[in-house]
Amino acid sequence: MSVLNSLISGLSLGSVYAIIALGYTMVYGISKMLNFAHGDVIMVGAYVSFLLTNHAGMNAWVSLLIAIATCTVLGICIERLAYRPLRGTGSLAVLITAIGVSYFLQNAALLLWGADPRMFTSLFKGFKTIHASNGALTITPESLFTILANIIIMIALTLFVSKTKAGKAMRAVSEDNGAAQLMGINVNQSISLTFAIGSGLAAIAGVLMCSAYPVLMPTTGAMPGIKAFTAAVFGGIGSIPGAMVGGLILGIIEIFSRAYISSELADAIVFACLIIVLLIRPTGLLGKKINEKV
Amino acid sequence: MKLRKMVALLAVLAMVTALFAGCGGSSDSGDSGDGGKAVLKIGGIGPSTGPAALYGLAVKNGGELAVKEINEANPDGLQLEWMWQDDEHDAEKSVNAYNKLVDDGMQVLVGSVTTTPCTAVAAEAYNNRTFALTPSASGPAVTEGNDNVFQLCFSDPNQGIASADYIKENFADKTVGIIYNNADNYSSGIRDKFKSEYEEGGKTVTEATFTDETTDFKAQLNTMKDAGVDLLFLPIYYAPAANIMTQASQIGYAPTYFGVDGMDGILGADGFDASLAEGVLLLTPFTPYSEDEKIQEFVKKYEEAYGETPIQFAADAYDCVYAIYDAFQKTGLEADASMEDICEAMIEVFTGDFTASGLTADSMKWNEAGEVDKTPKVCIIQDGKYVEQ
Repeated sequence: MSVLNSLISGLSLGSVYAIIALGYTMVYGISKMLNFAHGDVIMVGAYVSFLLTNHAGMNAWVSLLIAIATCTVLGICIERLAYRPLRGTGSLAVLITAIGVSYFLQNAALLLWGADPRMFTSLFKGFKTIHASNGALTITPESLFTILANIIIMIALTLFVSKTKAGKAMRAVSEDNGAAQLMGINVNQSISLTFAIGSGLAAIAGVLMCSAYPVLMPTTGAMPGIKAFTAAVFGGIGSIPGAMVGGLILGIIEIFSRAYISSELADAIVFACLIIVLLIRPTGLLGKKINEKV
Repeated sequence: MKLRKMVALLAVLAMVTALFAGCGGSSDSGDSGDGGKAVLKIGGIGPSTGPAALYGLAVKNGGELAVKEINEANPDGLQLEWMWQDDEHDAEKSVNAYNKLVDDGMQVLVGSVTTTPCTAVAAEAYNNRTFALTPSASGPAVTEGNDNVFQLCFSDPNQGIASADYIKENFADKTVGIIYNNADNYSSGIRDKFKSEYEEGGKTVTEATFTDETTDFKAQLNTMKDAGVDLLFLPIYYAPAANIMTQASQIGYAPTYFGVDGMDGILGADGFDASLAEGVLLLTPFTPYSEDEKIQEFVKKYEEAYGETPIQFAADAYDCVYAIYDAFQKTGLEADASMEDICEAMIEVFTGDFTASGLTADSMKWNEAGEVDKTPKVCIIQDGKYVEQ
């Protein structure tokens, strides 16, 4: 039974990684840049929800909606102010800027909200934990809803990208930026939309993550951000199903190595798996192989 | 192009502001020092921002309160000045803070508050000959090899031994488990002593570890649950402890928790559901709910001045200032004596037959290693309050 319990914990943690990884993978897919500030947007989302619920007495679900809206605006602003002016310059400049934005967000949060750890109140506080087979198997509402949210988001996003006009435009831009522009697609708008969706999802991920693991600090988003980035690379960066597969596998590896091997080595094992996957499949599990034309 | 520059400039400005905010080094000074009379300058270092800010702020306030009390009680006698520096629980920043205080004329040091920064500062203070009394840095490395550094709190080994003895005596029939942070000296130091003391006589403990990056504790908790652990010893700080209690309640696991001084402050954490900490036992030398008259008065004054109930760290700092004040008067030195002279004289007093009494113990005595000898108290959290056992 403890194997099943670990599996559920792993799926739940993996779902959080998957939702965060979507933000990385979509942004990379469309603008070929690594948005390292993404992890910190998660933290901002969680803080907004926490402060509204605990200090303004707002309903937790309403605060989640406001957190999504705030992060969406934040994502668009970051893209507008920090990344768009650098579009067309070297990828190194954008990468460094992204790291800068990440530190800026962390320090701004430190300044605004202080460094005391906050104890996040779970979004699913009223829900009951499910106990099966005489209490040996426990499924917390946090795990259950995180896994469900991940599945719903994944389906919705896949449909959005393949069926809607805006989604098709996004795919066109990611395939060939210049050609898409010639076909009359507004590239800037498509990229803004990608950041908006990615950051909105980050807010959801932040609230789900802090519901399950309640300590919230200005650095809360940093490590999950890096893990989710790993998940995105693991699954094949640029691929939406890849982010889901990568996130889930990463979460399961992490929990199982912590439960059965060693909690100190858990992170080392996760990153070792990434290296092995990249050695065998350099584009990640579901990444497309791109043939360079000479 | 112009817009780009503007944006860059704005970003730089914002970052610089954020940086300065991070440093936040406000050197609060007492309101004494007027009239040209010499005052004894006591420096304090601790994290008043950063993840351990709760501890640092408590020490800052507790020390300040003691200084104010002493100055007001005897305006014609020895006057003190309290100088505070923030170190964000960072060793390098703590050393910088120390150097700043020395430049500002500090004569005696209360600090640093947390072990790792304090170890770094202790080495500097040893070289510079500054007398240091730390309110709360409990690691053995703090005093090791430093004849000038003394602890007002229990050392980690003593906390581990005292906890093990208490549990053996009062919970003989419980199955004991430990979850500790093995990336942290404080946590693993207490665990080592606890384990060896507890397992003496054939008992065993189930163990699980975590590191600073750990957020999911379910694997560790399931290990404990499967092993039938019903008393969980947590020699860790309150933030991961709160995380552990929340996740344990999620999976329907409810052992008796036993914490040490790092657990202090859990009830004050923003957003923490205090009902989770109901029944938690902790080893602490101070409880604000004590019947003791001295403590009641301190709590009242503290609440009036800072609007919150003092935690153990505030009491530790308060006792530090009084111990320094008493000991300094025994040295027979004038307030304008040099830092080096004060250091040697204070060491002599502290290692002599000097005893201090305060909020955290009635009689504290120090040995040559710098460790304090006092009796620990075990408290239980009931209805959101500490109740002495």
